Formats: sequence, structure tokens, C-alpha cells
Amino acid sequence: MRIVVNGQSLETDAATLADLCADLGYGDAKIGTALNGAFVPASRRADTRLRADDRVEILAPRQGG
Amino acid sequence: MSPLSLYGEIIASRLMLGTALYPSPEVMRQAVAAAAAAVVTVSLRREGAHDRAGQTFWTLIQDLGVRVLPNTAGCRSPREAITTAQMAREVFETDWIKLEVIANDDTLQPDVFGLVEAAQALSADGFKVFPYTTEDLGVAERLLAAGCEVLMPWASPIGAGRGLINPYGLRAMRAYFPGTPLIIDAGLGAPSHAAQAMEMGYDAVLLNTAVAKADDPVKMAAAFAKAVEAGRLGFEAGLMPERDMAQPSTPVAGTPFFDLNHA
Repeated sequence: MRIVVNGQSLETDAATLADLCADLGYGDAKIGTALNGAFVPASRRADTRLRADDRVEILAPRQGG
Repeated sequence: MSPLSLYGEIIASRLMLGTALYPSPEVMRQAVAAAAAAVVTVSLRREGAHDRAGQTFWTLIQDLGVRVLPNTAGCRSPREAITTAQMAREVFETDWIKLEVIANDDTLQPDVFGLVEAAQALSADGFKVFPYTTEDLGVAERLLAAGCEVLMPWASPIGAGRGLINPYGLRAMRAYFPGTPLIIDAGLGAPSHAAQAMEMGYDAVLLNTAVAKADDPVKMAAAFAKAVEAGRLGFEAGLMPERDMAQPSTPVAGTPFFDLNHA
């Protein structure tokens, strides 16, 4: 199915948000996630199922003002 | 200087520093040290899985040993800001959030309606909200009613470096909320701007570009630290009242060549 991750459309077989993060190679990186605009805590990623056209945000620490 | 308390925590420095726009991470680290900043601002941004810049940055920040204040920079709606704040709380392990809801690309001015809405939701969710706002007193009252215990009015637009463009409004805000910690956030360009804010009685200043974009960011960080300290000490000492006319400081009695006939 096709989903959008960080604004980019991609094809994935990942069933859950946790699978997606693992498939994309985030591993143990310190990231925050959101699905369709709503926050998904790390503890809920494995229970969060993905559907076609879902929009995922995966964010990491960055410099800020 | 008297201690600064924010949400019940004593903060060792009245100068808060952003971590963006420096020539290098090492210069940023040295600038934070030169500023003796106890709080630095950070953000969350999209990152590819194999680009570990975020992890490297986070390790650098942790090594600084300072408190982080994550922001919601770039968010244009309450929903974006709330979701970003929730992600920041998990990633940075803090319930402090510098809440930005931006209304306009050219001025980066706060969307004060969205700001109040997001502040209400985040405060109810246990966040300690630091709202980036204007000097508008009505908005400030609504932010306090929403649960904010600190307000962060701008001096001038983010990155403008123009200093306190509405000193009357900022002075009124200080007078109107004597017991609320007020932090000038955004628009300071020179150490004298920081001193002016602190002399008015503002509790702290938060800045980034003026230091990061200086020819020598580390020296500029030190300059701002001295200005903040000088301004605060001046406020605590109590400024003399201004007068319209001159008044001699040297005693008049005993003035040489003084002749009452020509007085």
C-alpha cells in the first residue's frame, strides 16, 4: 500500500507504525511519531495499524530558537 | 541578582539561548557556556532514518547539562502545535513547551487565537506552557486563564534584531502583570536591547539569532550575559525618575564666582 511519510509518498508492507519505523531503519533512534496529525506515543506504535493513504510524521531532535 | 523561578523551578540564569543558526555545533556549545545559559531551546524536525544528525545533536545538548525548552516553531494551527508538543514531551522528556502558533510567514507573528486554544489544551494535558505572544494585555489575560504561568512577549519579529519596538506596550505589560514571570522572546539584536528589557523589569530574555549570527558568537553570548546582568541589577537597584529639565549634580552651595545679583 502507499502511504505518506514525512511528506513523501512511499510503498510499504508494514502493518503497524512500529514495523514501519523498523523497516525504514530508525532502529533505536530518538524519534517522535504522529499518524494523520495525531501523536502516537512510542508505547503505542506496535498497536497502531497502518492503512493506505495514511500520513505519518517521524521527527527527531533539531536545533531551535 | 535575585533568583528566577519558572513553574516552581529556580533557574540559574536570566539569559536563555536558542541552539540554531550557529556556524558549527562547537561554536554553539561555547556560546551556551559563555552565556552561562541555564535553558536552551530546541525543536523537532523531519529526519530520514539514516541521517542521525538528530541523535548527534541531542547528545551534544545533553552534554551541555542545561534544561531544554522544546518549541513548536513553524506550527500554523493549534492541532499542529499540540501534536508537536506531545511528540516533544516524549522525545525531550520534559513537560516544558515553548508554544508557537504562527499566523504569518513575513512577520512570524503569533496567531493569538490559535495560541490561546493550544495553551488551554496543553495546560489541561499537564504541560508547562511558555507561550510566544505579543504585548497585547487581553491576550495575555486569556493565556493566564488558560493555565500559563509564564508569558513570552516578542520585542520585535523573530530574527529582525530591531529590539523593543513597542517599549510603551512592554512597559504596560510589565506593570499590568507584576507577579507573572515575563520573558522577552524574539527580536533582540544587541546587548543594549537585552539590558533595556531587563531594566524594565522583565524577568529574562530569550534570543538566538543575535548571538548565532554575530561575527563572533561566543563573544556576543558573553556580551549578552553581561547586559542581562547589568539590566537586572539596574532594575533591582531602582532607576532614578526621568526629568524634563537639568538638575545639577555638583552642589550649588559654594559655587565659585556666584553672584546673587546675577542669579
